[in-house]
This record gives sequence, C-alpha cells and structure tokens, in this order.
Amino acid sequence: MSERETMEYDVIVVGAGPAGLSFAIRLKQLKPETTVCVIEKASTVGAQILSGAVIEPQPLDELLPGWRDNPPPICVAAGEDEFWLLNKTGGRKIMVPPGMKNHGNFIVSLGAMCAWLAPQAEALGVDVFPGFAAADTIYNEDGAVAGVSIGDMGVARDGSHKPGYTEGIDIKAKVTVLAEGARGSLTKQLVQRFKLDADSDPQGYSIGIKELWQLPAGRVTPGKIVHSFGWPADSHTYGGSFLYHLEGDQVALGYVSGLDYSDPNYQPWEAFQQWKNHPMMQPLLDGGTILSAGARAIVTGGYQSLPKVEMPGALLIGDTAGLLNVPKVKGTHQAIRSGMLAAEHLANNDLNAAGFDATLRGSVVMAELKKVRNIKPAFKKGLWFGMLNAAWETVTGGASPWTLKNKPDWSSLHKLGAQEEPKRDYLPRTLPPRDRLAGVYFAATEHDEDQPIHLHVADTSICVTTCAEEYGNPCTRFCPASVYEIVDDTAGKRLQINAANCVHCKTCDIKDPYQIITWVTPEGGSGPNYQNM
Amino acid sequence: MKILVGYKRVVDYNVRIQVKPDGSGVVTDGVKLSANPFDDIALEEALRLREKGVADEVIVVAIGPTDLTAHLRNGLAMGANRAIHVTTTEAVQPLTAARVFLKLVEQEQPGLVILGKQAIDDDANQTGQMLAALWDRPQATFASKLEIADGKATVTREVDAGLEVIEAELPAVITTDLRLNEPRFIKLPDIMKAKSKPIATIELASLGVESHDHLTTTHYAPPAKRSKGVMVKDAAELVAALKQKGLL
Repeated sequence: MSERETMEYDVIVVGAGPAGLSFAIRLKQLKPETTVCVIEKASTVGAQILSGAVIEPQPLDELLPGWRDNPPPICVAAGEDEFWLLNKTGGRKIMVPPGMKNHGNFIVSLGAMCAWLAPQAEALGVDVFPGFAAADTIYNEDGAVAGVSIGDMGVARDGSHKPGYTEGIDIKAKVTVLAEGARGSLTKQLVQRFKLDADSDPQGYSIGIKELWQLPAGRVTPGKIVHSFGWPADSHTYGGSFLYHLEGDQVALGYVSGLDYSDPNYQPWEAFQQWKNHPMMQPLLDGGTILSAGARAIVTGGYQSLPKVEMPGALLIGDTAGLLNVPKVKGTHQAIRSGMLAAEHLANNDLNAAGFDATLRGSVVMAELKKVRNIKPAFKKGLWFGMLNAAWETVTGGASPWTLKNKPDWSSLHKLGAQEEPKRDYLPRTLPPRDRLAGVYFAATEHDEDQPIHLHVADTSICVTTCAEEYGNPCTRFCPASVYEIVDDTAGKRLQINAANCVHCKTCDIKDPYQIITWVTPEGGSGPNYQNM
Repeated sequence: MKILVGYKRVVDYNVRIQVKPDGSGVVTDGVKLSANPFDDIALEEALRLREKGVADEVIVVAIGPTDLTAHLRNGLAMGANRAIHVTTTEAVQPLTAARVFLKLVEQEQPGLVILGKQAIDDDANQTGQMLAALWDRPQATFASKLEIADGKATVTREVDAGLEVIEAELPAVITTDLRLNEPRFIKLPDIMKAKSKPIATIELASLGVESHDHLTTTHYAPPAKRSKGVMVKDAAELVAALKQKGLL
C-alpha cells in the first residue's frame, strides 16, 4: 500500500465542540503564528452537538469579551427556576438547590453556539474541517502521540473499495488535543494505552435524550427553566428531566438517566417518553410538533474519575476528559475553561503537553468538581439518601473528609431475576413519537448503508446464548435509536446491528455488560444532522 | 475548452424541511446548506472531462448572497479551477438565472455548460432549457452518459420510455440526471489548495440582467397531516362505516 498523504500542523484538535473550539480560539489569540486545525466527524459544525443547554457565561466572557453584543442565534437570558419532585399523578415544587439557580445564565442551543464559534475560530486562522472523522491515533517512534489519521471514504460494507474510494490522510502535529465529548473513541484507546486511569476511579456516564418542540402560541415563557426528579424513575435509578423555554414558542426538553442503573429491563428512551406524558407535561406539549430529537451520553464521574489528562504528545479537555458538573447539570463552562487552560498551558510551554494535568488539577475547574464530588455517587444508595447527602455536601461545600467511589457503569446491571424488578407504573402514551424509530427520524441521521458497520461487537455468539440468558439483551433496550435488534430468521436467532440508525450517543460502548461493543467512527459526515440541539 | 458549471446552494437533502410558523418560507437558520446534488454531479462530470483532456478549465458559478464564498470553496476543493460569484440578496428565479448564465457565457465563451437538471429546493427544472433557448444553442437534458468527440457531445438521456441517445453540436447546454456519475469525496489537502484559487465576484445588477420576478409565492404550508385511522371490530362495522361516509 502506498504511503498515506500527510498534512502537518502545530496542533490538531479532534472535535469541534465548545472545548475544542474554545481551545483553538484561545491558542490563536495567544500565539497567532501557531498552526491549528480542528477536525469534526459531523457533516457541519454543531450537527452532532446535543446538550440542554443552560450555560454559565463567565468563561465565554473571558474568551470573547464582546460576545454579548453578537450572541449566538439561540440565546435566552435565564428567567425563573423551578425544581419539582414528581409522582405519577402530580408533583411538588421544592426549593431549587443553590447549585441549580440560573440567575445570570443563558439558555442556548449548544449546537447553534458551536456553529457560531467556528467562524470566529476561522477568522483567527484556525482551519476547521467538518465531515472528517479521526479514525485512529498515530504515534512517533518514541511512542508519543503524533497526530491522527482520517478515515477512508468510499469503503463498502465488506471492506472492498467502491469506485469513489478516497484514502484518508494522516494529520501530524506536535500536540493532539482530544475534545471528542463524553466517551471519545480515540480517548478510550489512549486511556488504555497510556493507563491514564491508573490512579482514578472508573469513569461514569448518563444518557440524555432530548427533543426540541414547536408549541402553539401562548404556552411558552421564554427563559423559564424547570428541572424535575422522581417519577418515572424508581428510587434506585438516577433520573431527571429538563425543560427550557426558548423564544418563538419553542421548548427544549429532555430526560437524563444515570447509566449506573441496575435493572436490565430499564429503557432510558421509554422513561423520557413517560415523563413527557406526565399530567403536568402532557398539556404543555399536546398539539405541538417535534422539530429535532436525539441522544448523547453525558460524563458524570467528576473529580474522583478524572483520568490523567496529559500523555506524551496529547491532552484531554472538556467532556472527553470528564469535567461536567453533575449537580449543576452543566459542562459547557467547564469545557470552555479547560480548553482555554490547555491553550494557555501550551502557549506558555512551547507546545509541550507535559504539566497540563497539574495545571488543570490546580485550577478552578477542578476546585468546582471537588466540591460536588460526593453528590452523584450517593444516589446509588437510593433517592432519599442521595438527597440528604446532597444537602449535607452542599451545606458543607464538599468539605467531607471522605470521597465516595465510582464503579464502572457496565458492572452495575443485575442479572435477570437477580433482583425484584422495580414496579414501573407507566402511563399509556399519547404524544409522539410512537417508538424509537419514529424518534430517530427527527435526528435526521444518515449513514451510507454500504459502509463497514461502525459498531464492532467482538463476539456476537454470546448474544443469543449467554447474554440472552443473563441479561435478556439489554442493548436492545438501552440504545435510544433501535440500532440493536435480535432477529429470528431462517438461520435462527442472531444480533442485527442497524448501524444506519446510530445517533453517536456511545451508550452501547459504555453500558454493554460484557464490554465487547466498541463504537468507532463511521465514514466522515455520517451520523445525526441535528438542528439547533 | 472551458466548462461552465452551475453550483447552487440549497438546504441539504438530509435536513427535515420545516415551514416557518407564519408560512413565509422554510426555516434556513441553523440548517445545513450544501450543494444541489445534481450540481455536484455536473461538477464531477466536468472534472472528469478535464481529467480526460477534453477540457482544460472548469469554472463553478453560484448566484446568491455574499456568504456563498464558503460554498464555492467546496466546489474549488472538489477540483474546479476558479469560481464566479454573482451576488444578489434577492431570491433568483430560473429565467433570471438563465439570463445571468447567458451573460457569463458571452464573457467566458465556454464549449460546454453543465447544469443540474433541477435544484432540490424549488424543483423548477427550467434554467438549462431557458439558457439554451436564450443562447440559441443545443440542449441535452437529463444526461445519464456523456461523451465528447469531434466538437460533438453524445448524450444518453433518461426519458420516460427509457434511454435516448442524441448528438449535440458544441457549444451546448447539458443538464445532469442522477445516474450520470457519483461525485468524488473532497480531500483535506484540496480544501487547503482551494483557499488560494480565485473567486471573481460580480454584482448581479452590474450584468445588466433584467431580474423581475414572474412568479410570486403567496405562502408556504406543510403537507396536510393524515388523520388518524379508525379501528373496526368486524366486516359488518367496516361496511357500516364505509356506508356512513357514502363510499358504498
């Protein structure tokens, strides 16, 4: 095979999200002569960004001082906060925890915000390349990360080359900055290769499923922020909702389920739909239309799960490192801050990644995570204990001398019949979408069907044997896009992977109890085409 | 020989089109825009002719607002030699587009103009035909195969009855159908090269093109929702229901 074509930059950033773009902008502000490129697997910047999102604006004020005069297209000043504890038929409004008060914050579409950040990076001389997926990491002879290789285009499902086959190129750089978001596919490899998690707890995740609705006029109060917990989650499943009122009679809403849930029959997508049909929600949405829908894993391990964020030739920023603040339900400010810190570190250290881990750990980013480190893990002991503990940790500002441990999410599933199944107490649903396939339609996800399946299952023989017996194929339930299906045809039962439905949320890679599913990048430009998510 | 290629920007084919709540148009804010797929095919065909040595220059043309530059850069990254951007803030109807192309044809004297058979936004399927008439040159529309030799284009057209092969003397207008070719993937280094390729900007008004609209759009509406079906218990109930609706 011929030598792959190569391009060289001082710095390559993988992922055009808030962390990657803020990093690129900051580095160019400090060292305009540095060459920086950002590659993004989505066909356009922001098309695979999915977040609530209420953001804290302070880091953005530091990065782009004049931004409030030229705000992103969807940007509503936070208004009233509400926090509800729901039961099946109603709910109680309770005190908004201090960390969840949003006065001074903004409701944005993070996708639209990234699409707004990208041209500002380009104006500073950053090359932003959407539609190109980083398939693999490349290394120097001394083992240091030397850049990434872009995936080939035009490969058929069987691996043969189609007429339009175009070999991907290698992009070499002095530093590779991973900003892939939660459970980055390259980050996962690098964490293993460089044993970055040797001194930290396993990382933890949740899955967030979101829809954007257009409602009949008069129902929306722009700026209103409503969070809830309780029903439809049982007391041992960490779950909660968000509802953000936008302008133009639109609302962004979603439901987050902790992926440390233990019931193999739990379906995060169904929990979201149930919450939408709650008597307090249903009248709001009834008669509206869905504009966009999707799902994404959220990183929740926090302080004790943060891996080492540097390795020779590369560093981790934002959610791929794991900087989201769970009780605040926010990660964007942390992503931007870590991106800026990384840029400042590289600018001051002649583009040497060494020392960034200490810099980040000594920064406000880490101080913020330390304060809230014990809140999420305590919910493993049930909702009421979790709430009491959260109150204690909040009052003391995280001064407890202990740090609770995180366990890997894939290990938390009970085997079928090993525990009494929680009574789900679900409602008959009246609101769309009818099922997951109908929902995936609103993600506008697109994968050329004739390309290799990007969800690698190392051993499909256990699907209909061991897994079916032990867990009843939970992949068919945790996937929000019905990618995994057990079909029974002439050849008998087997796993069918509908890879074209995939919305790149990474849940399967995280939650599969045997840890044999590996999510890899499909052909560049494939995947969801979210609008204003 | 020069080839002029129409390269219109439209809402991407993967996007779920949404009508604005007030019916004044479709939502384009925050929506992915990309090249009209038939125009990508037109550009690909032009590039292949250049690679065969039939043509020596490929020029992409787009008509629209100033932010079309990034779109034209994609055409240049795919391989066009240069671009012409005719600027206007108004929506352009097919006759205006054809008149603009006629002016550019007079300036550039191409041997071939390749256009998409239609754009996937207005689906008008008129510009190529109008240009051929205004220019008074042959047209070969809905091409699924194209060969150029001895100053002639041999074009296989997709027509209702099957395939039709015609010969057209050059210069001529050709419009592309879906099966003509499969456009290439853009390579990263070519995106960088495209940054230094020239884009000429011409104001539409300065071309002396009469651009009054012949059509007025009154309003936009999404297709009517299908009403919910009714479940019937048995054949008798079905017959009764059909009778009630006066269908039996």
